[in-house]
Amino acid sequence: MDEALAKKLRVLADAAKYDASCASSGAPKRKAGKDGLGSTTGAGICHAYTPDGRCVSLLKILLTNYCLFDCVYCVNRRSSNVQRARFSVDEVVTLTIEFYKRNYIEGLFLSSGIIRSPDYTMEQMTLVAKKLRREHGFRGYIHLKSIPEASPWLIEEAGLYADRLSINIELPTDESLNQLAPEKSGATIQHAMGQIGERIVEAKAEKRRFSPAGQSTQVIVGADATDDSAMIAKSSFLYSTFGLKRVYYSAFSPIPDASSALPPQAPPLKREHRLYQADWMIRYYKFSAQEVADATDGGMLALDVDPKLAWALKNRHLFPVDVNRADREMLLRVPGLGTRAVDTILKARRHTSLRLDDVARLTSGLKRARAFLIAEDFKPSAGSQRLDLRAQLAEPAQQLSLF
Amino acid sequence: MPSVLPSNPSLSAGEERGVSVASLAPGADLTGFRAAARRLIAAGFPPEHVLWQIGEAPGLFDSAVVQTGGPPLSLPRAVAALIPMVVPHRDPERYALLYALIWRVTRGERALLEVASDPLVHRLHLMRKAIGRDLHKMHAFLRFRRVAGGVRETFAAWFEPDHHILEAAAPFFVDRFRAFDWSILTPEGSAHWDGETVRFGPPGRREDVPDGDGFEAGWQGYYESTFNPARLNLDAMRAEMPKKYWKNMPETAAIPALVRQAAARTTEMIERPPQMPIKRDPAKAVAAMADQNPTSLDELNAIIKRSEPLVPGATQAVLGEGPLGATIAFVGEQPGDQEDLQGRPFVGPAGQLFSRAMQEAGLTRGDAYVTNAVKHFKFTQRGKRRIHEKPTAGEVSHYRWWLDRELEFVGPKIVVALGATAVLALAGKAVPITRNRGPFAFGGKPFQGFITVHPSYLLRLPDEAAKAAAYAAFVNDLKRVGDLAT
Repeated sequence: MDEALAKKLRVLADAAKYDASCASSGAPKRKAGKDGLGSTTGAGICHAYTPDGRCVSLLKILLTNYCLFDCVYCVNRRSSNVQRARFSVDEVVTLTIEFYKRNYIEGLFLSSGIIRSPDYTMEQMTLVAKKLRREHGFRGYIHLKSIPEASPWLIEEAGLYADRLSINIELPTDESLNQLAPEKSGATIQHAMGQIGERIVEAKAEKRRFSPAGQSTQVIVGADATDDSAMIAKSSFLYSTFGLKRVYYSAFSPIPDASSALPPQAPPLKREHRLYQADWMIRYYKFSAQEVADATDGGMLALDVDPKLAWALKNRHLFPVDVNRADREMLLRVPGLGTRAVDTILKARRHTSLRLDDVARLTSGLKRARAFLIAEDFKPSAGSQRLDLRAQLAEPAQQLSLF
Repeated sequence: MPSVLPSNPSLSAGEERGVSVASLAPGADLTGFRAAARRLIAAGFPPEHVLWQIGEAPGLFDSAVVQTGGPPLSLPRAVAALIPMVVPHRDPERYALLYALIWRVTRGERALLEVASDPLVHRLHLMRKAIGRDLHKMHAFLRFRRVAGGVRETFAAWFEPDHHILEAAAPFFVDRFRAFDWSILTPEGSAHWDGETVRFGPPGRREDVPDGDGFEAGWQGYYESTFNPARLNLDAMRAEMPKKYWKNMPETAAIPALVRQAAARTTEMIERPPQMPIKRDPAKAVAAMADQNPTSLDELNAIIKRSEPLVPGATQAVLGEGPLGATIAFVGEQPGDQEDLQGRPFVGPAGQLFSRAMQEAGLTRGDAYVTNAVKHFKFTQRGKRRIHEKPTAGEVSHYRWWLDRELEFVGPKIVVALGATAVLALAGKAVPITRNRGPFAFGGKPFQGFITVHPSYLLRLPDEAAKAAAYAAFVNDLKRVGDLAT
């Protein structure tokens, strides 16, 4: 690999890393054709982890980090002094194919700064995906970051080659968007999301291929004043309105050459983590956005306990729950029991009456769960009524070992 | 972990009566285990009366060694699926544990596997999980290196799995890398793909794999750049990528330096005062950026022309035809066989009928704008004939953007939807035609709407009388359109 290309790769990987999404999941299972290259397994694979604990699954790069937009939070805004570079379409294709052959990656995540015009940029990105599929018979994963300002027919085309399309809402409110990302518009973003969402549903019904792994988005945490309740309410709206697969929360992170309008600070990683947990509550544990909001303290999720535990602590009158009798919905609300644990409990109790030891074998969260449940041989004494329960279950402050 | 197996009777010389010894090959001997389990169940040996030996030459317990199988066992599907996922485990107790499971399942506890809280089931579940993880990590962390020379492109990799999983791991690589030859070498065996089949061979050596690859430096550069020093979280990294894997992953050489410099890099980013933008103030480019929308029908048509058909096959995009500023615009479904070949709308049999009807209704075809909801011909090939196929609702939506823009440029007073597809394209939803035939508001459009049938419908009617009546009604519709337009 020649030196110039390697250098560009460094610049354009560095420029892309603030996008949290790297998932290679959700695509229909595919195998390489005869003498072909590439497959998808459904669940996705992380081929490495960087020392920030993040998964390296896709080759995540920008086509270029030249950009005409001036989003204050972004390292690539036009007023930033970062080093700029631009890949040709063929260079991205070559990198993807060669890295893929060495089993470094699951596929490509391609985003781009806006050059010339949104349409031009989107066309170039789609061209990369098209070449990979058509000229190289590539059946690995392709995630294209769509440009909402591009003409709608270009998004139509992108969905034919990509496994997943995504559009970042970046900031949860129109007001923040106006302030921090002057070229972007909340209405344009939602319109494009609506278009993609509709097309995915239609294609699925007609058994055609259009972004089969769905669409996702990302929102920056801590760059504006939006609180956690509003953030989760927004996510809940996005999930139900556009059928999004995922909302990614990205803690606003220090960037080289930051803007004076948004000075850098240590990223709120713990808050980001709690938002992911709250997001999980609405997607998998059937909590409403309002219930999540009720578990916050004045709109912000507690940092010392996870949000499901916070909710249970505020609703102690609903507990303890009998593992041998309670319905699925209520079991899912027990802190420390995940969907998998709940499903094995439901299966096992058809044949046996579960004791506390049994439950211990079915979940790794028994420490949190025991104050909230009843088993065959166990009742939490005055456990769930105890005043210091929260203090007992709180996580030590350093758990994420940031520095 | 407390034992979940019944204890074996202690054995001493001459006391092995009532005890059966099952000898299995080293590694994941699924075939051997299956044969042994069948035989032992058929003979009624309870788990505590079986001794499982791995990799020992027969001879020690010659008399009792199980060599042949018995009749196939009927096991619940979940049990049958679990066995091959546990057999590769390196735990010497694996066969005994599986046999204990089979024993209990065939002796009345059919649903045992559903009782995940049972200590035996729990232990097997953990073993299955360990195999799943080992396979997953092998699929993830194995790195190929290009082997120089050879007619076909060839790659090789060295990997050290925790369990006996080489054969179980190989299909993943076959499904993914058919395009080139590859070899995977492990301390226990090797797998080789030649473009046709995968062959398993003897153990390999690390030295048999090239000691570098031309893309490794670039890959390491990528790995370094994609790391965010402000988010350092070593525990999370090590939990998912334990250190034991690092030695065979070229990019991990970068880790110590990345970790060492992370704090300083972050501090420098936070403390550095904001800089003035030095070079770029692309005011003109920013202004020009908004100018991407096609500003004329010609520009739009150029975009449509160079786009590919959504469903492959069409010869060309068929564009609308007629004067800008036409009072009446007709929207059909999609080009047919003739239209596709000639590149013009409404020139086939239905188009000719349409022209005739217009004439009879007192309209001049050349004065009207004529186009289609979908711009490409979709068909199924039957022998030499290309049989028209109706576009799906999703395909119609795909083309809607162009139709909307096109009509904006033409600016007709009235737009006539010919048939259901055109109605779908203009209204954005399906609307029954027969009930809504006549003037119709498409919603949010700057023109009047009108719904009638597609002329090809007239051609398809089998009964001559019905055909004549339908044709008259169609001409009558066109007359009404003419009246509305003036």
